[in-house]
Amino acid sequence: MKGYLALIGARFRVLLQYRAAAAAGIGTQLFFGLIRVMIFQAFYRSSAHPQPMSYVDIVTYIWLGQAMLGLLPWNLDSDVQNMLRSGNVSYELVRPLDLYWHWYCRAFAMRVAPTLLRSVPVIALAMLFLGMQTPPSLASGLGWLLTTCGAVVLNCAFMMLVTVSLFWTLTGEGIQRAVLPLVYVFSGMLLPLAFWPAWMQPLLHFLPFRGMMDLPFRVYLGQVAPLQAVPEFGIQLLWTAAFIVAGRTLLARGTRRLVAQGG
Amino acid sequence: MNDSWKLYLHYLGISIRAQMQYRASFVMMTIGFFFTTVIEFLGIWAMFARFGSLQGWSLAEIALFYSVINMAFALTEMFARGLDTFPNLVKSGDFDRLLLRPRSTLLQVLGSEVSLMRLGRILQALPIMLWGAHTVGVVWSPGKALLLIGATAGGTCLFVGLFLLQASMSFWTIESLEIANILTHGGTQTAQYPLDIYRPWFRIFFTFVVPLACANILPLNVILQRPGATPLLGALSPCLGLLFLGVAMLAWGQGVRRYCSTGS
Amino acid sequence: MAHIVVENLVKTFEVAERQAGMWGAVRGLVKRTHRTVQALDGVSFELQAGELVGYIGPNGAGKSTTVKTLAGILVPTSGRCEVLGRVPWKERTAHVKQLGVVFGQRTQLWWDLPVVESLELLRDIYGVTAVRYKAMLAELTERLSLGDLLDTPVRQLSLGQRMRCDLAASLLHEPPILFLDEPTIGLDAVSKLAVREFVQHLNRERGVTVILTTHDMDDIEALCTRVIVIGGGRILSDGTLDALRDRVTREHWLILDLEDETLELEDPDAEILRRDGRRVTLRFDPARVPTALLISRLTARYPVRDLFVQNPPIEEIIARLYREQAA
Repeated sequence: MKGYLALIGARFRVLLQYRAAAAAGIGTQLFFGLIRVMIFQAFYRSSAHPQPMSYVDIVTYIWLGQAMLGLLPWNLDSDVQNMLRSGNVSYELVRPLDLYWHWYCRAFAMRVAPTLLRSVPVIALAMLFLGMQTPPSLASGLGWLLTTCGAVVLNCAFMMLVTVSLFWTLTGEGIQRAVLPLVYVFSGMLLPLAFWPAWMQPLLHFLPFRGMMDLPFRVYLGQVAPLQAVPEFGIQLLWTAAFIVAGRTLLARGTRRLVAQGG
Repeated sequence: MNDSWKLYLHYLGISIRAQMQYRASFVMMTIGFFFTTVIEFLGIWAMFARFGSLQGWSLAEIALFYSVINMAFALTEMFARGLDTFPNLVKSGDFDRLLLRPRSTLLQVLGSEVSLMRLGRILQALPIMLWGAHTVGVVWSPGKALLLIGATAGGTCLFVGLFLLQASMSFWTIESLEIANILTHGGTQTAQYPLDIYRPWFRIFFTFVVPLACANILPLNVILQRPGATPLLGALSPCLGLLFLGVAMLAWGQGVRRYCSTGS
Repeated sequence: MAHIVVENLVKTFEVAERQAGMWGAVRGLVKRTHRTVQALDGVSFELQAGELVGYIGPNGAGKSTTVKTLAGILVPTSGRCEVLGRVPWKERTAHVKQLGVVFGQRTQLWWDLPVVESLELLRDIYGVTAVRYKAMLAELTERLSLGDLLDTPVRQLSLGQRMRCDLAASLLHEPPILFLDEPTIGLDAVSKLAVREFVQHLNRERGVTVILTTHDMDDIEALCTRVIVIGGGRILSDGTLDALRDRVTREHWLILDLEDETLELEDPDAEILRRDGRRVTLRFDPARVPTALLISRLTARYPVRDLFVQNPPIEEIIARLYREQAA
């Protein structure tokens, strides 16, 4: 356990060195958020139809999305990717750490370190100047923290599953290309899930992706009751477990194949 | 000059042949790019399904804005992919090799990779453009057709310029600067809608500083015959993109000079 | 005629410093400190046409800074540098047409393509005429035995094969000056010999001026008449191999194979460097004790099966030169 913590710490330090990248990231996030807010504002101005969310809620949703964007599994660890591509992964097998958890820790640091660094200023600026609201109650805020933790472990487990598919390089790259847009749509990043047509809602509700982003945000907004957050957290964990089992199984098969090929 | 084109075509041929070595991966990625952007448009469609219209613009009209800017961006990613991956070239030290050859560095960087799989994105924008134009009922004339091509070309020049500025930044810092994405990806996001839905300062920025308007309302207002369209301004607008590219090339030259004095 | 003139070359770099630890990383977000590094501190030398010079030094001594400056991809802080009468960084394209550059660590060939396609692209990059290209390709193919390799994708080549192809790629435009950076690194013995032989041929038969940077002292001993040693951004020594030896040490090594490995051996004028079972390596100063005298004295006192005398290996010489310099 200590080894894994050290690993996460080391990755944090590496990622923290890129200060310009962090500053630029904050700027980028604010800018993209602003575009989205303006687009929604224009739409709300054009129509008096009742909408699934109020404009004020949408603004908060958008800024939460910009703050937490880094948690979404929308890219893979390029070091691991290169390792798999070049076959150097054999060296990783020699280390006295479990490969799955080793990479999982890297994924964890990669998702959490930059997000911690970026989300605080983004949320602060958005609350001060850009119309972001606080949660309606303390309970909603706590529920949000809980489901955000659920989202982190879920996202890392999902990212690992996609990473491991790269053992089968050709199809792996295709899977990666196909899966990442799915995350983009079904997590709520492209559009808050409530805005998709009614007939899509049961599907959206069933898929694991809403746990990556949409769920914590709705808890934050109070649209999901704080008490309801606990069973939802359970669902997040169930999906996480499923991804971990699938990822470990695939990884075991991948390394076996690698060893068999002698590559 | 002529000779440079010949060399560029040679690079192009080589790059395509290299990609064809991994045909299965190529096909997958092309399809991937196709879907990545189709999804964007689905998002816009869902918004129109909820709200009906956007400040007087219809979905079909937005389809034209969407397809012009996406096509320009895809063309840029296709032909200026080398600029996109340029920071790696500097980090690995392989840029030295380009300096050791008696050719313009820009030509060599552009030649280093032509990403054919971006065809997926172009293929996706084309039917949306045709559907949009058909549904709106654009009355085509040679001038309008030319203007549509000009808008796409102007947008492409603008994006190549932005890519060039972004690549030039790696001469000053090795940290990958996401900020440049504001203008490339963010610009694409922005210009999928007509600029007049945004706040004034934002509109001014994308008209006079980074002239995205040259692939947005300036030409499209004319093509869609919106009230207040100025044909002359529309016709001249693609030049804005070209101008921007020129400025970016100056920055590039400055960057190369700096590289040679710091050696990293 | 001097092909290359370097006079009082100075180059300083600014390097950002990173602090250690988590706190350091956080502090680094706010403030960063810089430190100046003197890569070249007044380097001067001249190279005549047709010379084959070894340019050696430890990592960070200023080797690659010098080579980069000569190649025109680095502008020095001060000093003069002319290659074939041109200032390298002022007329880049005209200058690099006269250069061939080979980096042993990386290839300039296109990874996924057959070698010949890379060569054809380089032909167009350097504007080599069809006639000259054909003639050069034929000659290089023969000299470097490229025959079967030309149609093979680069990623399938062994390191030795790749190096031969890289040499060919750097010479298509018939440059009068060639920079070789670690050309034999990682190669097997046979490939090393092939590369050395080819470089020797280029230098002797075609009169190509060659600058060779390497850590492999066998390369130096096999190829170079002149060696420039650089350390800490200054030239420590410049001259023939023999002159370098004379400067650092005149000692010889006497290697004895004794009859008995338990035998204790001693001599007032020689020092035991190491002992490996029966084999004893002694060092001595021939000015103090003539070689013949020492041998007869030792063979008279001890049962010796075999013996030979040699110069200390060049690694040893260089290492001592650095140590001297550091002291």
